[in-house]
Amino acid sequence: MSKFNKKKSGELPAISTASLPDIVFMLLFFFMVATVMRQNTLMIENKLPIADQIEKLDKKDLVMYIYAGKPSSRYRASAGDQPRIQLNDKFADVSEIKAFILAERASKREELIPFLTTALKVDGDTNMGLVGDIKKELREVQALKINYTTRTGSAMDN
Amino acid sequence: MARRSAPEVNAGSMADIAFLLLIFFLVTTTIETDSGISRKLPALEKENKVPPVIRERNIFVVELNKNNELLVEEAPMELKDLREAAIKFLDNGGGTGKDACNYCQGDKDASLSDNPNIAVISLRNNRETNYASYIAVQNELVAAYTALRNREALRDYGKSFEQMKEDLRDPNYPGDEESLREDIKKIQFKFPEKLSEAEPKK
Repeated sequence: MSKFNKKKSGELPAISTASLPDIVFMLLFFFMVATVMRQNTLMIENKLPIADQIEKLDKKDLVMYIYAGKPSSRYRASAGDQPRIQLNDKFADVSEIKAFILAERASKREELIPFLTTALKVDGDTNMGLVGDIKKELREVQALKINYTTRTGSAMDN
Repeated sequence: MARRSAPEVNAGSMADIAFLLLIFFLVTTTIETDSGISRKLPALEKENKVPPVIRERNIFVVELNKNNELLVEEAPMELKDLREAAIKFLDNGGGTGKDACNYCQGDKDASLSDNPNIAVISLRNNRETNYASYIAVQNELVAAYTALRNREALRDYGKSFEQMKEDLRDPNYPGDEESLREDIKKIQFKFPEKLSEAEPKK
């Protein structure tokens, strides 16, 4: 009657890994959905200051980014070690801000232009002279809505 | 001849492929910070415009010198005391007659502001001032306004000003959005953000 013999139960059955791809795909989809691709490659150091009175910028397509800070170590030889402005993917001079804002405006639909905000992503170690110059340029082209991008935390830690 | 069934594709390496993609997305992901202190710059004025006359007691001078030291009304001050000092200045309500402030709760000090409507905080900085300390000061001054607006909103509408703003953002807000916007305007009118920034000194 060997037909009815029980199988040998000495070995543990192997754990099925058939659902592993499903789990990994789930993670993958999460990251694909949650990912925001960086728009600009940073060429400067950008350690933002900390503040707690912050507002969120929700409409990403209505934000223009102006970066400023010391050139990162890769570019220090060519760009010097004084704080610089970065617009799009290259270093820029203060005088180029106007053209940048006008170009950004031209690329948006006309009715959206009043809602455009300029986000200043400035390294905490920059001096206010440069920031003041940027603000002066922005005032001259009537780009008055600005946002000092910061990290969240207590302002006392700056 | 018997029909051969199609051979099954081995799906064992699917996990590897998915892992590869996963790792790619993990590496390229940067969680961007897109929040910060929102401000409105003043419009450029005409060269020959005469600045309005403001009484000395209605100006609160905050200065950051080139060594990042904070001077309030020409006296040194710690950053942590700035919020309190700004609230005291704005909420003083020392005015009489048409400058009287019926919702202020300050001590009506003769050296501080008449009315939050005409009280101006003047922020001066040097070209050498550090951006981080400037942001810290801005943050404290905005916090002072927010604290006062919260107090008024709690008294008038039973919820804080920040909550009202949050509700305005919320698409599922059950109440009337239009009246909420009006209420926010009223609170902002009680404590308008009058933060003037002088041109930095050389």
